[in-house]
Amino acid sequence: MAFDKMELRDIEVWDGNFAAAQALRQCQIDVVAAYPITPSTPIVEGYAKFLADNYIEGEFVMVESEHAAMSGCIGAAAAGGRVATATSSQGFALMVETLYQASGMRLPIVLNVVNRALASPLNVNGDHSDMYLGRDSGWIQIDAYCPQDAYDLNFIAFRVSEDHDIRLPAMVHQDGFMTSHTAQGVTTISDDAAYNFVGDYKPMNDMLDFEHPVTHGVQTEEDWHFEHKARQHNDLMTKVLPKIEEVFKDFEKLSGRRYNIVEEYETKDADVCVVCLGSSVETAREVAGEMREKGIKAGVVGIRVIRPFPFAQIRDALKDIKAIAALDRSSPNGAPGMLFNEIAGSLFNTDTKALLSGYVYGLGGRDLTKAQLVDLFTELQANVDAGKVTTPLQQFIGVRGPKLSYL
Amino acid sequence: MAKKGWDEFEIGAMLRSFDGKIDDIAGTRQEDRDYSENSSYTASVADWRLIKPIFNKDYCIDCQFCWVYCPDVSIISRDKKMIGIDMDHCKGCGICVEVCPTNPKSLLMFPEQADEEAEIASWPTKDEEK
Repeated sequence: MAFDKMELRDIEVWDGNFAAAQALRQCQIDVVAAYPITPSTPIVEGYAKFLADNYIEGEFVMVESEHAAMSGCIGAAAAGGRVATATSSQGFALMVETLYQASGMRLPIVLNVVNRALASPLNVNGDHSDMYLGRDSGWIQIDAYCPQDAYDLNFIAFRVSEDHDIRLPAMVHQDGFMTSHTAQGVTTISDDAAYNFVGDYKPMNDMLDFEHPVTHGVQTEEDWHFEHKARQHNDLMTKVLPKIEEVFKDFEKLSGRRYNIVEEYETKDADVCVVCLGSSVETAREVAGEMREKGIKAGVVGIRVIRPFPFAQIRDALKDIKAIAALDRSSPNGAPGMLFNEIAGSLFNTDTKALLSGYVYGLGGRDLTKAQLVDLFTELQANVDAGKVTTPLQQFIGVRGPKLSYL
Repeated sequence: MAKKGWDEFEIGAMLRSFDGKIDDIAGTRQEDRDYSENSSYTASVADWRLIKPIFNKDYCIDCQFCWVYCPDVSIISRDKKMIGIDMDHCKGCGICVEVCPTNPKSLLMFPEQADEEAEIASWPTKDEEK
């Protein structure tokens, strides 16, 4: 051990970015190729500082764009290293071309995406546009609701994606500024325990194995491409969620913190329920508690793993709910919205009588207030009482001017 | 390639150039290497060719220019002696003919269906200095 250990207190006050940076330090990342972008800059800044202060044995590659950052990560991962990087919004959009390469080459890269709105108009605040942009790229996508999650889920992402059966890259999402720049108490794990949880990196078909030369990133035409994609999809659909469940259980043994693929809050006896992502889940939980005091049986479903989408778990969580609201924090641009679509898809052909309505909120960092959520739960209860959806299927909440609704 | 199912290959669309372990690959001649069936060496690109080079030993001075310049490593040379052309990997680009310094050239491009012996028998004579 040529590097120094860091003595952490049991509870440290960290924002999401620094929590992620500490997780990268404790995993002993070999290579970080990164290009800074608000709001994810402090993650790689933190890593670079730990590297400079001799807390890590690794390599920091400074590149000229996010496209090159992900390309560098792919090269380093193919060479046989533990690799991570971080990005947001426009940088993520520039990475997209290489994201597909990374997942197709089955390289276990961990990408910390701090969600931020996509231009235009240019905006540095948090919404889920970039998370929705990456959802077809073949990556595992895990969502953190608070700095504590951002810290823990990095370890989980490494454990899952580096498993030799899975070998798929993973993204850890946190909300820009809402999570990434808000300092909270984070219960830490000691350096040794964290590193042992993730384990030594075991390369697979690495290019630096000179005795078994391999070609990575080959070309396949109509003769083989379909088979490779089918296999990738098959592994995503059948192997990833059980593995994540297993790693969540291991992590509970280590830290006492329980994560679930679908985080349910008081859904057992609930009539109305909102489904949302990111930091809004915590706001919604608080409001749901208050609604129960008013006599409305409210519940909240937060989705922890966005890709592969946990259809069975969602179906199970929502089977007895009477009215569901899907809260999308991304401009749907001519569609009902991703969450609305996915939830409608997962509940289709089941016995549920649930009424589903979609809401679009919080674009470009617009806050989701408790008052809005109170109104939303009241509308859902009105749907339950009427036995049909009384509102339009898609409503915009928190937008200026006259009420905006479609469908 | 043998018929395989969608789940019967290594993940990540990666290929192995050699079967098993290798050592001292640089000191082993191509024909002695343990190439796997899906390496570039085993794959033939001969059908890309429209015109082919024909090598005439009589005029060759073994300068190795064609061996240096061939982009597909298709010039076979042993002990600094030019032996011939690897017709499985030659794409018919004509660079070897371009760089050949002899007069007349000891490599010339002919249509793919040309007969090698007949063409060598009617090889052009020396270009007159102008």
